[in-house]
Amino acid sequence: MIRDALLIARKDLRIELSSKIIFGQVLPFSLLVLILFGLAISSDFVVAGSENRTVLEQVAPGLFWLSIVFSSLFAITRSFSLEDKNGNLDALRMAGIDPASIFLGKALAITILMAFLEIVVGALAAVIYRSSILDIEILAATLAAATFCISMAGTLYAGVTAGSKSKDTLLPLLLLPTMAPVLLIATRSTEAALFVEDQTGWGWTILLTVLAFLYTGMGMLTFGSLMEES
Amino acid sequence: MTDLKSIVSDVDNISGGVLSVDHRSQEFFGENQTTGSKVTKVIGFLAFLALVPFIFFALFVAGPHTEQGEAARLLFIHLPAVAVTYLSFFGTLVSSIMYLKNRTKFWDLLGGATAEVGVIFCALLLFSGSIWGKPTWGTYWQWDPRLTSTAVLFVMFVGYLAVRKMDIAQEARSRRAAVLGIISFLNVIIVHYSIDWWRGLHQGRTFDSTEVKIEGWYLFSLALGMSFFLLIGTFMVIHKFRILWLEHQLADLDLQFALMERRSEVNDLQDSIELGDKT
Amino acid sequence: MQSFWHALEIPLIGVAPENKEDLNSSDDLVIELNDAVALLDNFPALSGMGFQLRLGEIVHLKGPNGAGKSTLLSLCAGLLPIHSGSGMVLGNDLTNQTDRRRIRRLTGLLSHESSLYDELSVYANIKFWCSANKVDHEVIDPVMDRLGLSGRLRNLKVSALSSGQRRRTSLAVIVCRRPRIWLLDEPYSGLDDAGQKLVDVLVTNAVSFGATVMFTSHDSKRAQDLATRTVEMQGGRLKRTPVVHEPIISKSTRPIRSEESA
Repeated sequence: MIRDALLIARKDLRIELSSKIIFGQVLPFSLLVLILFGLAISSDFVVAGSENRTVLEQVAPGLFWLSIVFSSLFAITRSFSLEDKNGNLDALRMAGIDPASIFLGKALAITILMAFLEIVVGALAAVIYRSSILDIEILAATLAAATFCISMAGTLYAGVTAGSKSKDTLLPLLLLPTMAPVLLIATRSTEAALFVEDQTGWGWTILLTVLAFLYTGMGMLTFGSLMEES
Repeated sequence: MTDLKSIVSDVDNISGGVLSVDHRSQEFFGENQTTGSKVTKVIGFLAFLALVPFIFFALFVAGPHTEQGEAARLLFIHLPAVAVTYLSFFGTLVSSIMYLKNRTKFWDLLGGATAEVGVIFCALLLFSGSIWGKPTWGTYWQWDPRLTSTAVLFVMFVGYLAVRKMDIAQEARSRRAAVLGIISFLNVIIVHYSIDWWRGLHQGRTFDSTEVKIEGWYLFSLALGMSFFLLIGTFMVIHKFRILWLEHQLADLDLQFALMERRSEVNDLQDSIELGDKT
Repeated sequence: MQSFWHALEIPLIGVAPENKEDLNSSDDLVIELNDAVALLDNFPALSGMGFQLRLGEIVHLKGPNGAGKSTLLSLCAGLLPIHSGSGMVLGNDLTNQTDRRRIRRLTGLLSHESSLYDELSVYANIKFWCSANKVDHEVIDPVMDRLGLSGRLRNLKVSALSSGQRRRTSLAVIVCRRPRIWLLDEPYSGLDDAGQKLVDVLVTNAVSFGATVMFTSHDSKRAQDLATRTVEMQGGRLKRTPVVHEPIISKSTRPIRSEESA
């Protein structure tokens, strides 16, 4: 089963390498969102008791994660559109591949792509929001865990809405409420990595990891029912 | 919507009794042309019985609350709304689990009915909580852990209702909705605890609505309110369930009609060409 | 014309004597449907299909557009659930979900969609689908040769192919899989004369190795030459010859014609 999942993940990554949708279109979108946030939020006010950080710099972690969560919607939709076209999903069912493998494989590909995206977007965010990274380990762990959460939950909901004409509007409606805790926790954890105001950084990261396992489990258990005869 | 009985008899006449119609639905509605029944009439009556003293006691007998003044009366709506909301969504959870186990229509439709009632009362909960907040906290909204996670809960179940209406095959739709019902419940727990922890770390619980001292006439009014809301909630679930059941029967009949039409399909193009050849 | 399977000496999937469960049926009935109703998005695409397919047959499925031919193929491939009625494919029950999964592995469906990834090359596609179907990779090159996909086309992205070339690629995937039942939806469409002859060869070869084939085609001449039997569908089931006084409910008002049944 892992082999099948890797087969599918590799296939998705190879397609991205060839079509460059994530890096050519979604990445610019993520960067644009960062810039728009910068325009929308006044940068003049300094937050009291925060080492002279402006409002924008103070909320930078949250803005970064918002940009990532919105971009993930495109990444997830793109991943499933590959199977929607040309009857590929039916062909995968004909091949007898375990739905859990399809879930895992697609989620894995999305995770890897999102991870690359986050590194680039994060670097730019650090520059334009003038953040300094004080604890790189927490940051890396947070990125990893949160990305898994987003991709696992996103793939699961993509499975729920697959085949429907309104899936592009339904996916955000289902995914974003679920991402509320992930957004919350990832932001706190990133704040800890950047500002080191409270020492609970690792606590948040562990929580994120637990959530990642939870969503992975949910997805693998339910994808069979979701895919059956749709 | 034309009444079910005439549709049923029309199908019987056209098909010469060949097409099977679910006889259960005929008995289910019997003489009634509505979704009411003895049960709902009893419940409705009891609810009315509870409503009158409820209004009387809540508005007139119970004096203004010591700390919160008149605003505390909103709790008579807010707290029962909370109870009905959580009971409804728990009902959705149970229905989803049972549907995945048994695959009977009953559980599928019950899930839909409870979710819809839950969403309505959740909206009421949020609205009443928000209005209560104005005189109490000074604002219509506070990032109180419970209020925030309830808002997320609301959106989640709106999403559930949207999935119930997806344009895919009916059986797949019911199955996916059931899966979503279970996942949503798990997610609600996750959301609640993560927001709680977050707020707990930073500010400690803001004004907790249950910190209000409830005793004496207040308690009695609240009890009346609870009874009223629970009865109304049950009333609405039963009616909604029956509406969904009717819709399902109608869809079944639509399918029977479609089958009849399909079977007697003629090759219009071919025949018109042949007709053209002859003339 | 030398059969490349001969050269490879690789047996068909499922024919090996170990797979006893696949050979449940004692007679040579490979597919049997009884009054099968199948829904496509709540529309009764199949409205009571009765049908039998025997081992080694090449059946031409014909009928007007929208008659349900494609749906019948999808049903026999195990992709669609049966709404009412019963059906059996290679001894597996179509009403049972587990059985349907087994059916999918034993049948091969060439649908009107290509089932290919547009952004990948011909070779990458075939390699992926072989891996997904647990087919040994050593059959890839001979099959690609046979279908004229080696050489220039091999590393071309599928999106750059003509529709006929895409069809050949989809066919290549099925040939690699060597299923016991071939379900082909318009196999000739988009193919030039050489390509269409190739389809005939592949089908007759497959049958000579124990496969059974059912295909749809609007090319009556070619189909009749290839097929051992013709089945005609209309309105989601077998075409019924018109009989006097049968009430016809159709969208247009038409006189009931009193034709002799053919």
